[in-house]
Amino acid sequence: MSLKKIEKKVIAGRRLTKDDALAFFESDDIFTIGRLANIAAGRKNGKNAYFIQNHHINPTNICVNRCKFCAFSRSKGEKGAYELSIREIIKKLKTQRSAVSGQQSEKLKTQNSKFRTKFVTHHSSPSYTEVHIVGGLHPDWPFEYYLEMLKKIKTNFPNIHIKAFTAVEIDYFSKISEQGITDTLKELKKAGLDSMPGGGAEIFNTQARNKICPEKITGKEWLNVMEKAHNAGIKTNATMLYGHLETYKHRVEHMLRLRELQDRTGGFQAFIPLAFHPMNTELSQKSEVRSQKSNLPIPNLNRYTSGIDDLKTIAIARLFLDNFPHIKAYWIMLGEKIAQLALMFGADDLDGTIIEEKITHSAGALSGTVMTRAQLINLIEKAGKVPVERDSFYRPIGATLRGRPNKL
Amino acid sequence: MNRTTKKEALTLLKSADLLGLGQMADNVRKRLHPKGIVSFIIDRNINYTNVCINRCKFCAFYRDKNDPEAYVLSKRQLYNKIKETIALGGTQILIQGGLHPELDINYYVDLLKTVKAKFPIHIHGFSPPEICYMADIAGLTIKRTLQILNEAGLDSIPGGGAEILSDRIREKISPKKIGKDRWLEVMEQAHRIGIKTTATMMFGSIEEPEDIIEHLDTIRKLQEKTNGFTAFIPWSFQPGNTELSQKSEVRSQKSKKNSKLKIQNSKPNSSLVTRHSSLQPATAADYLRVLALSRIYLDNVPNIQASWVTQGIKMAQVALRFGANDFGSTMIEENVVAAAGVKHRVSINDIITSIKAAGFKPAQRDMYYNIIKRDL
Repeated sequence: MSLKKIEKKVIAGRRLTKDDALAFFESDDIFTIGRLANIAAGRKNGKNAYFIQNHHINPTNICVNRCKFCAFSRSKGEKGAYELSIREIIKKLKTQRSAVSGQQSEKLKTQNSKFRTKFVTHHSSPSYTEVHIVGGLHPDWPFEYYLEMLKKIKTNFPNIHIKAFTAVEIDYFSKISEQGITDTLKELKKAGLDSMPGGGAEIFNTQARNKICPEKITGKEWLNVMEKAHNAGIKTNATMLYGHLETYKHRVEHMLRLRELQDRTGGFQAFIPLAFHPMNTELSQKSEVRSQKSNLPIPNLNRYTSGIDDLKTIAIARLFLDNFPHIKAYWIMLGEKIAQLALMFGADDLDGTIIEEKITHSAGALSGTVMTRAQLINLIEKAGKVPVERDSFYRPIGATLRGRPNKL
Repeated sequence: MNRTTKKEALTLLKSADLLGLGQMADNVRKRLHPKGIVSFIIDRNINYTNVCINRCKFCAFYRDKNDPEAYVLSKRQLYNKIKETIALGGTQILIQGGLHPELDINYYVDLLKTVKAKFPIHIHGFSPPEICYMADIAGLTIKRTLQILNEAGLDSIPGGGAEILSDRIREKISPKKIGKDRWLEVMEQAHRIGIKTTATMMFGSIEEPEDIIEHLDTIRKLQEKTNGFTAFIPWSFQPGNTELSQKSEVRSQKSKKNSKLKIQNSKPNSSLVTRHSSLQPATAADYLRVLALSRIYLDNVPNIQASWVTQGIKMAQVALRFGANDFGSTMIEENVVAAAGVKHRVSINDIITSIKAAGFKPAQRDMYYNIIKRDL
């Protein structure tokens, strides 16, 4: 099908087929794809580009899965393995909270006069509103440890939103607590879990998945956890790891599964395409490593995705996932430059200030580890968008719209 | 096809939709380079000295003569660097340094002659501020200086030191550096005696859109006369470790400790200082906008380089669809941008892979853009 026909569909607001999305991936007309995605983004979010002030906590890098694309994980007892106690987590959150406050108010003094948008002009909250927690599948920690972690964070910071645990961790918790997924989720929710990130989706295609993360739950299982989370009233994100062994067709199929689930539940907030980072991962080792499960040779992947592929993937996601309210250009993964351009290719969210990112940086992320509020606002404005500081449910934070539910 | 006017260019720069502008630039690039080849050169950036009397505020590389970190490369160091370059398939060295008060033209003539006698290598060297400084110290005209250097072995001249060709801005960011007219004079004289050069532009400091257009127009006009520019390379100001990016209060604190920062603009400009404190580096969108406009406006300059050194590989790939057709140098060694805190370590193989991943055919070229190796 020619792009012209698909273009008409987009303009008419009709749903794209798998073939349409595939045709976009196979086209090199990034200008048309970008322009259409920008139109689609405008229909959902106007000129808004969201960001959040958040803090990442990775309680441990000890993981029983040891996925081949991961440079963060360690086995127990291995050099570099670490475990954070709940006390240490609270301490991190407290220190960063005051450090960031000082830094931000300093920034505000010098930058405030420049802010154009009504959403941020009057905003003076000095610190992060969300804590993002993901970690390895620790072989010894009991389920109660995680419940305790959530409770203690809520006791110390009652207004902080806790977005925590990928579907992979939830599945693991259900196994170690010997209860069903739904019961596991309900207990976590009661302890303070507010929403869930979208990690661990990787690529759903079984063949590619078995090569890059044979120990991880299957795509079907991942989707199942998400469906149960949505049904339990927990909003989540969804990710896709691309740029490794998958084909364009795998990407489209991955997004189709997500679109189908979203039709049923409406529980996904944002879709986040994640570009594969090769450094220090098993997939980038030169040796002839063989996957334990499939016994196939693991190809040598020593490359980053191209900037063009990153932008195209964002754009096609925006066009194909017509029932997802948000497409996130996660700057930690894309680098701040490509993330900014992504705002012109259909993305409407840059994620956040992200204090202390560890996972992507283990694999040679090209981005910095902290972005200030002023930097984020500058990137958004220079992309011709309106910066909107948001809470974890995409409600603008600020004097004019505070407390109003997000109806964008 | 009608030529873009200055007025049109200004409108495009200020208000065109970036994707639209990119598409226009992409079309110009396709017309000029229809085969989808993206070229690069294997060369080494050799900075013979970091001693410089100019002390530009956007520079993190220069040192005072007496600074403990000041250096001048010995011949042996230089030869070793050239040997390594040739071993890596390199065909060119880019020799640039600071304006060292104790090196005269005899030093450079000797350097060029001995390198040429020892190595079969193209010497791309000495930006216009260096040429002018050599001429001043020797009491020679620019033309004569160029002839002497050319005879000694200088093959071509890099386009550095252009910064923004607007004296109003140069006065603020590089008050001691040669002005617009002298920069142009060096280029024009070089072109007239058959020395090819490139042209650069550093934007994203304190210039206005009008200054960018003025710069592009100046290059286009000189190219009309001489046709001596092989390529245009826009790049953005990298604020790390530079005086231009220091907040005024931080600056005054540092100047107590660091002699390098003591030397201030003789006439401190209060508006400049105010802008410094909130100077945000040019973003990706700004870079692509200027790059695309350069491709559109400079219809008589054959090649536009993407600056992966300042922008990173992913951005350089995107730049190939916003007007650029060349990946510049593989930069076996780069010191100046690295001094400003920007490090993008890349191998020749990475460059080839990146060009392919962006959908183009990589080819190794020389300084004249002759392809010397294809099907990589």
